[in-house]
Amino acid sequence: MAKEVLREEVRELVGGGAAVVEVLPADEYEHEHIQGAINIPLRNLDREAPERLRRNEPVIVYCNDYQ
Amino acid sequence: MSGRAAARLDGLGFRSVFRYTPGKMDWAANGLPTEGHLARYPRLGRVARADVPTCRVDERIGDVRDRRASWPITVVVDDHAVVVGVLRHDPHDVDRFARVEQAMRPGPITLRPNIPLATAAEYLRRMGLDPALVTTSDGVLLGAARREDVERLATETVARTGGKP
Repeated sequence: MAKEVLREEVRELVGGGAAVVEVLPADEYEHEHIQGAINIPLRNLDREAPERLRRNEPVIVYCNDYQ
Repeated sequence: MSGRAAARLDGLGFRSVFRYTPGKMDWAANGLPTEGHLARYPRLGRVARADVPTCRVDERIGDVRDRRASWPITVVVDDHAVVVGVLRHDPHDVDRFARVEQAMRPGPITLRPNIPLATAAEYLRRMGLDPALVTTSDGVLLGAARREDVERLATETVARTGGKP
């Protein structure tokens, strides 16, 4: 089960090589996203996550706020 | 949405999944770096100056007044740099020995660093604020932005880009 983290933990995880993934639609990602984050919209997750992410490495997912 | 994404990744066999629940609004509101269309436009954090003087509630007015430099205010913060009040300097302050807590205005308006400059400029004008206190979403002081700096950069941005972001 995913662990909820706050921004300082995000920074630490990113420093350790974690991938950061915005799961909002592409136009929202293009508008603004966390520096270094990639975009895998939620509806594409099944197809793209196995191709673009490594299962044995940490992944951080986020969206706009408490959605 | 991130909750569903995290659950799905777990189901797909990803073993180390984290969910940044507060999301990119929290990230940007704390002045952390972003990319994308909006990131090309300067925000309020760009003109916030960290050299605004600060003090604690238990200090004496006279001691604080001596370090204010060119600023019309001193920001009152706690041990974690969280803003608790603002002291606006009055040339008629005569009681140098009064505590800051007695003279400060508690709970001042604060703005986030990711506010677009045009929005900030309109707000400062409407509310008669100068300077604007810029803090993280936890209330930690990042700096103060003078209205003239906000308006100048907002005008330059409009001229350069042809419109507001």
